[in-house]
Amino acid sequence: MSIDLSGLASYGVFLLTLAAIYGVVSLALNVQWGMTGLFNIGIAGFYAIGAYCAAIVTTPPSPSHLGGLGLPFGVGLLVAMAVSGLVAFLVGLLTLKLREDYLAIATIGISEIIRLVLKNEDWIGNGVRGIAGIARPLSANPLVYLAVVLLVLAATYLAVERARKSPWGRVLRALRENELGAQAAGKNIYRFRMEAFVLGSMIMGLGGALYAHFIGFVSPEAFEPVFATFLVWVMLIAGGSGNNKGAVLGAFVIWLVWSGTELLTNQLPADYVTQGSALRVLLIGVLLQVILLRRPEGLLPEERPHVGASPASSAEAEDEA
Amino acid sequence: MSELLLDMQSLIGGYGGNDILKGASLTVAHNEIVVIVGPNGAGKSTLMKSAFGLVKIRQGAVVFQGESITNMRPDLVVRRGMSFVPQEKNVFPSLTVQENLEMGAYLRKDGGAARQMERIFEIFPRLKERRKQAAGSMSGGERQMVAMGRALMLDPKLILLDEPTAGLSPLFIEQTFERIVEINKLGIGVLMVEQNAKQALEIAHRGYVLAMGRNRFEDTGAGLLANREIAEMFLGG
Amino acid sequence: MDVTDLLQLAIYGVVLGSILTLGAIGVSLLFGILRFSNFAHGDIMTLGAYAAFAVVSILHTPVWLALPVGMIAGALVAVAADQLVYRRLRRTQPVILLISSFGMALIIRSLVQLIWGPQDRSFIKGIDMPMHFGDLMVSPQQLWILGGTIVIVIAVHLFLTRTRMGKAMRAMSDNMDLARVTGIDAEKVIIWTWALGGALAAAAGVFLALDTRLTPMMGWSALLPIFAAAILGGFGKPYGAIVGGMIIGVASEMSTAVLPPAYKPATAFAVMVIMLVVRPNGLLGARR
Repeated sequence: MSIDLSGLASYGVFLLTLAAIYGVVSLALNVQWGMTGLFNIGIAGFYAIGAYCAAIVTTPPSPSHLGGLGLPFGVGLLVAMAVSGLVAFLVGLLTLKLREDYLAIATIGISEIIRLVLKNEDWIGNGVRGIAGIARPLSANPLVYLAVVLLVLAATYLAVERARKSPWGRVLRALRENELGAQAAGKNIYRFRMEAFVLGSMIMGLGGALYAHFIGFVSPEAFEPVFATFLVWVMLIAGGSGNNKGAVLGAFVIWLVWSGTELLTNQLPADYVTQGSALRVLLIGVLLQVILLRRPEGLLPEERPHVGASPASSAEAEDEA
Repeated sequence: MSELLLDMQSLIGGYGGNDILKGASLTVAHNEIVVIVGPNGAGKSTLMKSAFGLVKIRQGAVVFQGESITNMRPDLVVRRGMSFVPQEKNVFPSLTVQENLEMGAYLRKDGGAARQMERIFEIFPRLKERRKQAAGSMSGGERQMVAMGRALMLDPKLILLDEPTAGLSPLFIEQTFERIVEINKLGIGVLMVEQNAKQALEIAHRGYVLAMGRNRFEDTGAGLLANREIAEMFLGG
Repeated sequence: MDVTDLLQLAIYGVVLGSILTLGAIGVSLLFGILRFSNFAHGDIMTLGAYAAFAVVSILHTPVWLALPVGMIAGALVAVAADQLVYRRLRRTQPVILLISSFGMALIIRSLVQLIWGPQDRSFIKGIDMPMHFGDLMVSPQQLWILGGTIVIVIAVHLFLTRTRMGKAMRAMSDNMDLARVTGIDAEKVIIWTWALGGALAAAAGVFLALDTRLTPMMGWSALLPIFAAAILGGFGKPYGAIVGGMIIGVASEMSTAVLPPAYKPATAFAVMVIMLVVRPNGLLGARR
């Protein structure tokens, strides 16, 4: 019995740690989508950059991949953020002036290319074999690492929340709501969107680095790229995009739902177990549609300054047949 | 049954809870040309569009041929015999002239589209010459012909024209007004908003002067033209 | 690498270009009318391919007979997705539709995986002998793909220029507001556009599976080059999609002369990015 309990406890710690890492990434997406309206579906790409940077910077030197540099945990996090931010800057340079669909397509493209490069260029990250032996900071004890992740999550939350309430955050919201009006007010839309895109991507990289240290191993297929991206989107929308508390809450709720579906599919007859993951994806996909249709504002709707009904929405509302 | 084709009474409404019409009224009798003139922002286009379900009416009623069409969807209004020619972007640019006209007859199920197209080609011979040309590649005046032709394809009882001469050269303006008279002679009522108020009132049976979303004057075309006060205030002396 | 090799790659490029074209026409048509990029398009391809595969494996028909069944399946799924979800979201921002279609992509893909399993499948058992033309090789499947694409593209052209519904689609794509005041039944046209786009995607999926293999990921992997083709042709311009599809197809295959084949999608992406920077309205698009 006691063995079961400790098994359950360690499963709990495992779940919470991953939920908290997703919380960081969900906050990052909230900066881009919730606050600014930038449609990034290449989250997995920035996440992977962060994970590989952490691996290369902190592991001991190895002939099978770039580095390792054997540097401390904190340095790995900073490099992960810097490189993700740099890639985001380049993507933004090419696409942020274009229509939102183009940014979306470009972000799929960039994350696909990142995956291809990591898979095919063995010298960077040892190809499909990946990089192993990424140590946790301070201690191998999962509880200690959970504390570290929660600390990073709290710091990220405070920083992002502060940004949201700042004049900078208010400009972002103005841009999102009524682009032309804000432009007329003399704001440089492009610069603000670029800043939000880069900041969000840096935090995604941070999330990837935390993940690498938690699992101890990275490979191009270690996390399903499309699905990782999708799950974060569901988290943010479910929690309430535009609301940072919602972003974190959504990450925990959806991660628990997602993990819960695993318990369910494990009950399936053995023949169907291989299909379990497809069934789980199906459930989450349907859940997203239901949220979009029934409660598009999420669990914790965005707090808006009171300005009355927005004219655009009421003008549109007339002829639903 | 009412003698009136269109009867709009004491309309209050606008876009997004913002009232532009503040009690305006207007009628069009069968076979009549009616012009709405007035200063910018008077609600001229808004009043006309409110007949077509394009403006949210909060109070008042729109009756067309004895039937209430207040806030009715545009595609349903079209079915009842009213057509609308918007001021801008009033043709399908990548479609040919003939295809534009065919789209005008989209709702027509009686097979009369071909006959009606021939009638329209009689009014606008230019369109027949250019029937295979993409509407987007035509001049502003020609596009206006395509747009009016399209609106006539369902053989409507009433046609609404939003500034049909805007942006046209003086020659084309003259021609456009001539065509409008021709259309009217086919037994079609015309309601239009016009900036070239003088010329429009010359062909109109009646006219309305609108200001601040309310009726200001109402008279025959000639009567409005003869009115000094109106001439000074709205017709540029 | 000599001229023959390059010509051979160009032939493969035209075959790939045919597949991309069929996908890109649908993406472009849907964008023209609904103003959103359908991220589920690739997975409708996958579903169409598997539906045709089911017909072939159960009824043992030739692939070309199963193709219409796959196309009908693709059309039905596209219309169902619209009626169940997208239609209700149309009043909101277009970006919400993007997210929804992204979720729809995963729903369709997981359904395919649940029904047919995660393993690879193939239309062709054994190895088909390629035909030789001098030093150049073409497989019978590739000729089928090319011929099938030509027939389908001509059919789409006739539909768009000769039928009332096809003209209404072009009219809606030109000017939605004017279409409404003209009396065009927008909802009906939208449903038909989904049906057409879904059917074309399914055809592209069947052809892609003929050229390679069936996998649950096949459509999603093709989505990026298809979007690249649609953007290259100018989003919302179905005829541009043909040009875009061919350019992306040929460029992707030719790139294997200098790059590892794994980087084909990267080539498509690079061409697209250059295009977006140089001519954001597409090759044929000067307007808007």
